[in-house]
Amino acid sequence: MSVARLDARFALCRAEDRAAFVAYLMAGDPDAGRSLALLRGLSAAGADVIELGFPFSDPMAEGPPIQRASLRALEAGTTLASTLELVRRFRAGERDTPLILMGYLNPVLSYGYDRFSSDAAEAGVDGLLVVDCPPEEADDLADALDPHGLALVRLAAPTTDAARLPAVVRRASGFVYYVSVAGVTGVKSAAAETVAPAVERIRAAAGGLPVAVGFGIRTPEQAAAVAQAADAVVVGSALVDTLAKHGVEAALGQASALAQAVRNARR
Amino acid sequence: MNAPAANTWSAYPDARGRFGDYGGRYVAETLMPLVLELDGAYRAAKGDPAFQAELDDFLTHYVGRPSPLYFAERLTAHHAGNGAKGGGCARIWFKRDELNHTGAHKINNCMGQILLARRMGRTRIIAETGAGQHGVATATVCARFGLPCVIYMGATDVERQKPNVFRMRLLGAEIVPVTSGRGTLKDAMNEAMRDWVTNVEDTYYLIGTAAGPHPYPAMVRDFQAVIGREARAQMLERAGKLPDACVASIGGGSNAIGLFHPFLEDDVRLIGIEAAGHGLTSGQHAASMTGGRPGVLHGNKTYLLQDDDGQILDAHSISAGLDYPGIGPEHAWLKDSGRAEYRTATDMEALAAFQECARLEGIIPALEPAHALARVGEIAREVGRGGDVVLNMCGRGDKDIYTVADALAGHADHPAETKL
Ligand SMILES: Cc1ncc(COP(=O)(O)O)c(C=O)c1O
Repeated sequence: MSVARLDARFALCRAEDRAAFVAYLMAGDPDAGRSLALLRGLSAAGADVIELGFPFSDPMAEGPPIQRASLRALEAGTTLASTLELVRRFRAGERDTPLILMGYLNPVLSYGYDRFSSDAAEAGVDGLLVVDCPPEEADDLADALDPHGLALVRLAAPTTDAARLPAVVRRASGFVYYVSVAGVTGVKSAAAETVAPAVERIRAAAGGLPVAVGFGIRTPEQAAAVAQAADAVVVGSALVDTLAKHGVEAALGQASALAQAVRNARR
Repeated sequence: MNAPAANTWSAYPDARGRFGDYGGRYVAETLMPLVLELDGAYRAAKGDPAFQAELDDFLTHYVGRPSPLYFAERLTAHHAGNGAKGGGCARIWFKRDELNHTGAHKINNCMGQILLARRMGRTRIIAETGAGQHGVATATVCARFGLPCVIYMGATDVERQKPNVFRMRLLGAEIVPVTSGRGTLKDAMNEAMRDWVTNVEDTYYLIGTAAGPHPYPAMVRDFQAVIGREARAQMLERAGKLPDACVASIGGGSNAIGLFHPFLEDDVRLIGIEAAGHGLTSGQHAASMTGGRPGVLHGNKTYLLQDDDGQILDAHSISAGLDYPGIGPEHAWLKDSGRAEYRTATDMEALAAFQECARLEGIIPALEPAHALARVGEIAREVGRGGDVVLNMCGRGDKDIYTVADALAGHADHPAETKL
């Protein structure tokens, strides 16, 4: 499956002329049981793609909500290995919803690129997004992931200029993640009118790969606005906050409202 | 590790910012273009005689360089007396960077980087600090050039380095206490990176040690290498020969690489001293090379204190300036290739050496070089009579007097108190 599962889901969304809704959660936040319940509920709530964070002690690009989620997950004993176990259990009942892992390089490096690639593919992971691994440093990791059909999702940012963009999307697969504002997660949000031209620029450079837009999208209104132009809308900190304050059911309710907003945005 | 051919040690890093397998640029894409721009700007400045002349002028008249090379006669005699055979001890010299304006080597780097930031048109400066020495040096150059300055400092360090916090405020800097993690240098660095990624238009991140994404490790080293260049010339003038060994304390590695770098091609032993905190087996130390393994943090691949899952561990040292779970990548490479050696000193050993230096030489060292002082006796005896050892006295101890007082009060039977 793997990258093929991502491709199939984006093809489906394109056929329905709508953006995909990508829901982010942190593995093991607040514990493995509730994390699994949330994972299982998300596809029913309308998540097209699941982005599962694995915790890191030093999440340099995260704002306070995901920093706190990372800490809760670590306190609950979450590791990269237990994150893969969570995916395995999720996959036992769910074959269609693509899932990518997101986090920082050191846990993956420590696990070993080759061992990680085969274990992740076996667990049912479809791709990997590493915040602190720019294309200049990514070849070894991509070489390890490729044989297992796992996507290494590339990130583009507002600071990525036209000259640099081709290097950023070289070897991209699955989709490209556009970090729509310069900043950490969960704080600022981009003005909707700046998103459309950026998405077009990136999609063209990446040979038509879908472009997902994230950072600072919290409400159904914001999600719908971004969904006009983007191929996918990513919501993370808002869901993580709701989970922390009101629990799994409330987070699923919010995911469902966001998914509806994304689905209906172009109608 | 692939050791380079002789006489090419100082040619590193390569164009990708690599020292062997170490270094590199592991930052979020948002920062990548900024890091590349900085690399270009630094290379241009490095090749520009006008930039170097401006820097030299400030180093001479504002920082107070060159710093003296001082023969520590009484400390030498003390260690000679402690020798197994008696008297078989090399001469110990102090490279006195504690006499610089602001009291440590940190200002050498700050002066270089602030001139670069101005050249790049940046209008806001941010920095991380542990002991507060880098924060003070950054606040100082920001005051001198009229630039707003935000210093990230772990909340724990704000507590234990109060005099420096006050100095930074007097200099007009804004101090942001960082409560994430354990509130020390690594957490301050995370927070500074978060600020940088948020304020990409106007902000210059003035990193205080020879670590971070390329070009920082090479650039900070170049700005600190004035220490080693002076020491080399001063030894030749004073002793008519090069030293046999150079010794320096290791936090992120900037004072050590600054001393070592100009000696890389010479037949001179280079020895860095890491902080062993409560002891290497206690799990509470800051010896990333002696007690860690390679990984990626804060933009570079290097030795890190980490658990089996690759989570970074909190470091511990009585010296806030050494309390960091990583190390600059050039040291990681010099260690693997065997060109430099690394040893450790515990909190207790550093405290003893701190007092010993104060009483024997009339110099109150910072707790950071006190770690180097704790090993310099054995190194001087290994080198033996007729040899010369240069120790980087990279900071003065005024900032540490309360920490030392607390530590001694807590250890009424402290060995150093009875010894001296
Ligand atoms: C006096 C002094 N020495 C050493 C250090 C450690 O840093 P580095 O290893 O970069 O020289 C510090 C850091 O704050 C310091 O203040």
